[in-house]
Amino acid sequence: MGSSRPGGAGLDSAGLGVRRAIGFVAPALLLIAVFLVFPALWTLYIGITNYQLTGPAAANPRVVGLDNVVEAVRDPLFTNSVWLTALFVLGSAVIGQNALGFGLAWLLRTVRPGLRRTIEGLVLLSWILPGTVVAYLWFAVLSRDTGTLGLLLGSPQTAWLVQYPMTSLIIFNVWRGTAFSMLLYSSALAAVPPSQLETARLAGASGRQTVRDVVFPHIRGHVLTNTLLISLWTANDFTPFLLTAGGPNHRSEVLPVLIYRQALESGQLGYASAMSLLLLVGNLAIALVYLRLLRRRA
Amino acid sequence: MRRTTVFGLLGVCALLAGCLGRTQEGDQARNADAKEITLTIVANAVAGGKNARGANWLQNWVIPRFTEQQKAKGVTATIRFEQNGAGDEDFKTKVALDLKTGGGGDIIEVDGIWLGELAQAGQIKPLGDVVGNTDWDGWNQIPKAVQGLGEFEGRRYGVPMGTDGRVLFFNKKLFAQAGLPVDWQPRSWRDVLDAGAKLKALPGVTPIQLNAGTAMGEATTMQGVLPLLAGTGRPIHENGKWQGDSEQVKDVLELYREVYGGGLGDPVLQQEAKGRDRSFALFSENRIGILLESDYFWRSVVEPKNGVAKMPDRDTAVGWALVPARQPGAGVGGQDFVSMSGGGVRVVNPNTRYPRQAWEFLQFLNSAEAVKESLAGAAQLTQRQDVNDEVLAGDPMLTFVAEEVLPITRYRPGLADYPKVSAALQQATADVVAGKSPDEAAKAYRAALVKAVGEGNVG
Amino acid sequence: MSPLWVVRRIGFSVLVAVVLAFFAVPMLWLASAPFDSKPGLGLRWPDWTFANVVATFGHPYALTSLLNSLVLCVVATVVTTVLAALAAYALSRVRIPGRDLLLYLLLLLSSVVTGTAAMVPIFVMMLQLGLINSQFGTALVIAGGMLPAAIFILKDFMDAVPRSYEESARVFGASPRQVLGHVVLPVARPGVATIFVWAFVNAWGNFLLPFLLLRDVGRQPAAVLLRTLYDEGGSANLTVIPVFSLLYSIPVVVLYLFVNKRYGFRFHGGIKS
Repeated sequence: MGSSRPGGAGLDSAGLGVRRAIGFVAPALLLIAVFLVFPALWTLYIGITNYQLTGPAAANPRVVGLDNVVEAVRDPLFTNSVWLTALFVLGSAVIGQNALGFGLAWLLRTVRPGLRRTIEGLVLLSWILPGTVVAYLWFAVLSRDTGTLGLLLGSPQTAWLVQYPMTSLIIFNVWRGTAFSMLLYSSALAAVPPSQLETARLAGASGRQTVRDVVFPHIRGHVLTNTLLISLWTANDFTPFLLTAGGPNHRSEVLPVLIYRQALESGQLGYASAMSLLLLVGNLAIALVYLRLLRRRA
Repeated sequence: MRRTTVFGLLGVCALLAGCLGRTQEGDQARNADAKEITLTIVANAVAGGKNARGANWLQNWVIPRFTEQQKAKGVTATIRFEQNGAGDEDFKTKVALDLKTGGGGDIIEVDGIWLGELAQAGQIKPLGDVVGNTDWDGWNQIPKAVQGLGEFEGRRYGVPMGTDGRVLFFNKKLFAQAGLPVDWQPRSWRDVLDAGAKLKALPGVTPIQLNAGTAMGEATTMQGVLPLLAGTGRPIHENGKWQGDSEQVKDVLELYREVYGGGLGDPVLQQEAKGRDRSFALFSENRIGILLESDYFWRSVVEPKNGVAKMPDRDTAVGWALVPARQPGAGVGGQDFVSMSGGGVRVVNPNTRYPRQAWEFLQFLNSAEAVKESLAGAAQLTQRQDVNDEVLAGDPMLTFVAEEVLPITRYRPGLADYPKVSAALQQATADVVAGKSPDEAAKAYRAALVKAVGEGNVG
Repeated sequence: MSPLWVVRRIGFSVLVAVVLAFFAVPMLWLASAPFDSKPGLGLRWPDWTFANVVATFGHPYALTSLLNSLVLCVVATVVTTVLAALAAYALSRVRIPGRDLLLYLLLLLSSVVTGTAAMVPIFVMMLQLGLINSQFGTALVIAGGMLPAAIFILKDFMDAVPRSYEESARVFGASPRQVLGHVVLPVARPGVATIFVWAFVNAWGNFLLPFLLLRDVGRQPAAVLLRTLYDEGGSANLTVIPVFSLLYSIPVVVLYLFVNKRYGFRFHGGIKS
């Protein structure tokens, strides 16, 4: 995107000029600085103290350096959480939402407009309904005795959220988040030149071949952006708490849930903040992988 | 330049963090003669929601009466009521944040079990240090055991708001079907297990509901581990130390194994996010035989008119019995039967602008007239003996608790570490329900305990 | 019609039916439970009644909380959308050094602030700023957490607006402000609309911040109320919850339908990186 124009203002087609551009960016940056960067850095600072909400350590918090981080890494609950979070992100976002979102976008190109709108509407509805409501909806699907899934499968005695907690959460999150991927891929597919698709069809390429050889090269950037955003959102998603509260016996305690429980139920804010820091590092790793892939493309 | 900005920000953070531990000391008689006062009471009660009766009472009875009473003395009082209605942990977080930052209501309703941690954090102070002289004729009406709920390390922090007691509830209809006596009173754990074995013969019935696991939270500790541990003769906290993987803890876990490994309880139910609510529903549908709960279960769960899981035939169908010790005489203090109790406490915020008036308001809240009014015609154990004598008369279950249970009950140790110990105990029961042996679970419990409170505090 | 074609056709229909069922079945609860005389956590043909609706409207804070939610979310959403659109436009058109790095860093930090660990800093800061119990202040905190992602997404939309449009407009003497208002925004409108809905939906569901920052129960939004709909004893109040869930969902659905009809809820020409 380099520019050869004088003034070094890049592709300043609107004639904004650097000063006005800064004026446009400043309000957002100010708000972000005050309400985001400042508390975030402070949280990270709390992460190196033994700060607690109540009890003796609340009266005199002490800086303990990286003790919290070391403790977290050694804590079996934390490592358990890391694996579960990785599983959750991989299963529900990277594979689940990506695949279903692309599948829907691909499928919906050819169906009748009425049906298409219905499906799109339903998928979007599951995305925009508030988390608390959605949690109740899924309780009704997965609960024992009266749950819809148990009735459909003829096994009302199965307590899905207890017996298969992670599988339930992954399916739930696919349901919840596919809309974003679907929207994004719909727009991406619209940008694939129809002539190329036609050529592929005439050449007798199968659906899979078409997707791999014709479509994918065009939407590679979309795939990466989509995967980054949904991975970050899923890794920081708190909704699992509403469904399983991390249970049974920590079997679905993804990191945001563990952090919540440490912060609110145990009042161990220093420790919880240190874990937030580690979650941040994890997010950073996801982003770096993504940037690398993107650069390789370019 | 960017680096300096970051360090600058960190510096500001450190400064602000320093402010977090700040508390405000003051003269106990400050503003004692003020002609215009504002007091705020904070409670986890909200109209139309949790503890709505308490909220309505404060809003519609207490505030107008007290304002009027003050007016008669020439004082213009504005009383604010900050309603909540959230989960206990959420509410505690809010209160702690308030107190930590030097704010909050003048009178705060907290769970008695939080006193220790709030006190150790310096967020609340002994009542006398905050308001000065605490003479009050009401103290004579509050039994010593109940007053203990508002005390920490031998000092009084607040006025209790009432208490409860834990018993074994059982379904008389199922007992009759299983050929068990409907005036059942087990004398040992073995008696309870034997009754469970007979109930097991009934189709679709879970014999025993003994709360277990982490999903039940504090209900596991209060309605499970602690009453059982009291039945082994050794309380969880003794001589300044928490009980580790002792024989007594193993005995308790062994009982859990017998219940959940022996088909007497439903292991899956313990792990469900809404398992406790479900156990109530099952009991009311005659599908649970024996259930350990506080009198709240009788008053608010199976209560025929407004209960969560109404039982129209509660008065004839639900029986109750004292929780037996492991065997007669094996309980704490050599008791044959045991119980655990809890309850709320009203404390005065050390940061209040009007300590004397806050104390006056607190006395008003705990006057016989106010306490009786707060029940709105229902029967419930209150903190006051005179009120109990009057309102419990028509309710055999609550009278039983007042007369038989309260004399033998124990309270939880209100220490800052308690929630962590409680969590470790819940985890141990979860392990047993999930199939670990009691020995393994006890070992893991000890490790968690040492990590939570330090080696030196584990006995 | 070859047999293969028939098989594929049937397979296709089954696939569509499965997808429809997967997304539709969970929502049936929202249609049945509110009007069932004994609502529970399960699906059944309701024993029709209106009593739950009456009970919900009789709840002292049900309707006010929905109004509060509207105020809170409209402020947070407008602030987010306007500021993000301005910033995204400038970042898209003018090369500011370290722009991409800055965006990524902010995106990452936003995950810390939306987490629970940040509650003490946010609470203490709001206290010092005197913004406790202020709906406006709470809306700003929520907006601050959403801005990075909003800028990130909108920048892609802005990048996609052909620069030639602006250049032509400038040739005809339009000021930068006019270019933005009359050329860029109309073209990027689906993107802005999408972000508007996204921000609104996010703010609408936020529980912890309003719970901690708004002390007066009369100012708390519906997200907080729904999490505190207990009965007297502290168990979930299943009489009120289903109806209130329905009421609570309506505004976001209406907003989506409106935006979708008016501006198109699409990423077309949008995010691509």
